[in-house]
Amino acid sequence: MKIVFSTSGNDLNAPLDSRFGRAAKFLIYDLDEKKIEIIDNQQNLNAAQGAGIQSAETIARSGAKVLVSGHCGPNAFRVLAAAGIKVYSCDAATVADALEQFKAGKLKEAVGADVQGHW
Amino acid sequence: MILAIASGKGGTGKTTVAVNLARAFAQKLQLLDCDVEEPNSHLFLPAEISGEEAVSILVPEVDESLCDGCGECGHFCAYHAIISTGAKPLVFAEMCHGCGGCMLVCPKKAIREIPRRIGIIEKRKSGEIVLLTGRLDVGQAMAPPLIREVRRRLLPGMPAILDAPPGTSCPVIVSIRGADFILLVTEPTPFGLHDLKIAVDMVRELGIPFGVLVNRAGSGDDRVHGFCREAHVPIMAEVPDDRRIAEAYSRGQLIVEALPEYFELFAGLAEKLLKNSGVDRG
Repeated sequence: MKIVFSTSGNDLNAPLDSRFGRAAKFLIYDLDEKKIEIIDNQQNLNAAQGAGIQSAETIARSGAKVLVSGHCGPNAFRVLAAAGIKVYSCDAATVADALEQFKAGKLKEAVGADVQGHW
Repeated sequence: MILAIASGKGGTGKTTVAVNLARAFAQKLQLLDCDVEEPNSHLFLPAEISGEEAVSILVPEVDESLCDGCGECGHFCAYHAIISTGAKPLVFAEMCHGCGGCMLVCPKKAIREIPRRIGIIEKRKSGEIVLLTGRLDVGQAMAPPLIREVRRRLLPGMPAILDAPPGTSCPVIVSIRGADFILLVTEPTPFGLHDLKIAVDMVRELGIPFGVLVNRAGSGDDRVHGFCREAHVPIMAEVPDDRRIAEAYSRGQLIVEALPEYFELFAGLAEKLLKNSGVDRG
């Protein structure tokens, strides 16, 4: 199973980005193969509108089934939910910490957006 | 002749120049307020609204019973207003530019278009000036489709002034594209210069003749003038930094009426612009 983290770096020690739609990068971690893949999200970082929607679309296309991020707005959540991706809010400092918390079952699945839409 | 008034930086005096120039033309003229997120030309041209029409764009509606989730619609949409990642598409109407492409590419004919209101266009008549004001509804994010509708109401054969929004992004491009001449309003400050340079790049990209109006001349420094000299950008006029202009503005008055000594400045600019646009009056 693949898990996506919003981040500003390129490895597990990188900070977890609390923003989802405008995160600089997404780190995809394959739990089975223990492999890392990085998706650049620079385009959405600078998008005027719809960053959350486009980022969610990117995640859906990546084949990941779990997203661990800081906060997720309503439009992004709608796309993620439709694509069957579970969203977990997390305030861990690094991707590695967030991954540990997820594996330990410490994260709670979000049932909706936890921040308002922002233009 | 279509004259567009634009700027990089906001608050340099686009509207002030547009309304005063419109009055100084002293002939039948259309003024289009394309700054649909915050239109304010009408504040300086008091007149009753003589017409008002709602503007809608067509947005997709998906018949899920016909959709097989192929994803063509989502792949087509450049604005991510319709998303399909294997499941039934999701429509984000507020992102939609109303192009109709998703409907055309749908192999199952599962998409139809429904109107969605985005704003209104108000019409006023003040003396010789016909003013069309686009006003985006609160909560709407898509200015370009409304600006396009304002532009579509431009009558051929009558000179027009387009009051553009600030900046250099889509709403500005939609406002000024197709103009015969663009007047970039700036102020002689570091901020004014910074954004003027971006605006000059934009109009050069569009390939439209242009010139600069320096507003509040005498304030700030001389770097805007230096830039214009080096970049071969003509300075069409300078409006001095005169406190009385600011006072008249704050009362919603036209400079050419409150301070008649400035009428010649704007009338002269109008003459110059007509000559520069290469189009005869009328």
